[in-house]
Amino acid sequence: MFTRYLLDHTSPEILNIHPAYNSVMVTISNEGSISRVTEHLQKSISNALIGKTPRGRAVEIPVLYNGKMGPDMGLVCKKTGLDPAEVIKRHSEANYLVYFTGFSIGFPYLGGMDESIAAPRLDLPRKSVPAGSVGIAGNQTGIYPMSSPGGWNLIGRTPLSIFNAKAPGDSLVQMGDIVRFRPIDETEYDALVGK
Amino acid sequence: MSITVLQGGLQSTIQDLGRNGFTHYGISASGAADKLSLRIGNLLVGNPDSFSGLEMTLTGGKYQFNKDAFIALTGSEFKVQLDGDSFPFNKGVYIRKGQILRIDGTKNGARCYLCLRGGFDIPKYLSGTTTHIMSGLGGLNGRAVQKGDELKIGTFEKISQPLIIKQSLDTNYNIIRITSGLQYVWFDDSAWDSFTNQYYTVSENFSRMGLRLEGDPIQSKKGNEILTEGIPLGAVQVPGGGDPIISFVEHQTTGGYPKIANVITADMYKVGQLKPGDQFQFQLITIEEAEKLRLKQESYIQSLKYHD
Repeated sequence: MFTRYLLDHTSPEILNIHPAYNSVMVTISNEGSISRVTEHLQKSISNALIGKTPRGRAVEIPVLYNGKMGPDMGLVCKKTGLDPAEVIKRHSEANYLVYFTGFSIGFPYLGGMDESIAAPRLDLPRKSVPAGSVGIAGNQTGIYPMSSPGGWNLIGRTPLSIFNAKAPGDSLVQMGDIVRFRPIDETEYDALVGK
Repeated sequence: MSITVLQGGLQSTIQDLGRNGFTHYGISASGAADKLSLRIGNLLVGNPDSFSGLEMTLTGGKYQFNKDAFIALTGSEFKVQLDGDSFPFNKGVYIRKGQILRIDGTKNGARCYLCLRGGFDIPKYLSGTTTHIMSGLGGLNGRAVQKGDELKIGTFEKISQPLIIKQSLDTNYNIIRITSGLQYVWFDDSAWDSFTNQYYTVSENFSRMGLRLEGDPIQSKKGNEILTEGIPLGAVQVPGGGDPIISFVEHQTTGGYPKIANVITADMYKVGQLKPGDQFQFQLITIEEAEKLRLKQESYIQSLKYHD
């Protein structure tokens, strides 16, 4: 909420804004003054508290779970003692808040996963995880926006592109959104690919 | 008209002063590793200091000019020949159509810059032309230049006087000044003593994303994991092994290692010149001093812009 306010009411002395769970970091331009930016931030905090909290959009992410799209489902089942149907049920019945995007390009930090499906990271990270892969790492679940290396347990994949590199502001998943996963079958996956 | 890349060097990329304003999408600013040298290079050829230049790492490559050009090389001195003749650094030089500039290995630091009148005509991705190698975005097709590439030369019509500089930059890379980081209290006095008194060696694990240092490991008294928060350029993070990492221009925008310190803005250009095997010491200063040094460096650059 504060990040949103700051993005809408920025200062020419602020170069970059790095939101996270419970912090917002800003960097200052070469000519900028720490005291002026601090003052701007203090004023912005008060103003943001008075203002209305923007409601996050509800975003549905279709996911083809298990099989070749979710090669680590077996591992997650072993680590949790649940069967695939139960993991899918618990994963797709929760609402996830997008706290922020960060780390690498377009990566959304989702909060709200059912802890009963938590599973530690893979011992050996993959050199390349396909874009759209949905995974579990510890208490967190996430979606890989772009193909990248990674050590999360992959349980499925969405055919949709969640990050729009050409226009990040038009991305499907954004800070503050409420995400839900919807299980789909192969036919629907194929029909949605590239949309 | 363009420059033809006959040989790309180790990692030669189009760079500018950074793609700012998109870190909240996880896109770090990138930009030249040594922005001071890029800015001076641009001023030497009469460009605004923000134009795109070619950043070369450890060894430069071979480039043929298909058009007359006015160019300058800045940063660390590499072995350079123009059609077999020696070629100066930190000076604007006219190049004739057909000439070949051959840039071999470095004689001191990690990077040098090729700037030319008009800059490189490269389409912007979001707010900048800088290449972000790790994510394959920006610059020339998101990658380092390679044999056969054509680098288009831009135009800059405004009449402006190229700069002539006499004194050279501070190239003492043995001292990198820092301010204390957000988790500085996680490290006790003996860890801080070790951190600021030892010489660190830059490891082979050195990239535009970060530089891993080797030395006596230092340990935090509160563990090695924090709740993920923002990482600025120059953050000195200490992961479990105790060897610090300096986050660099293509850094991750957030992360979970404790940050003991942060390299001051005015010394970031030195980090861009460190190469594997180099040794240096960290020197702790206050944030007020760091701000003064940043503003001083900035006013130095601004003063160069208004020369006769």
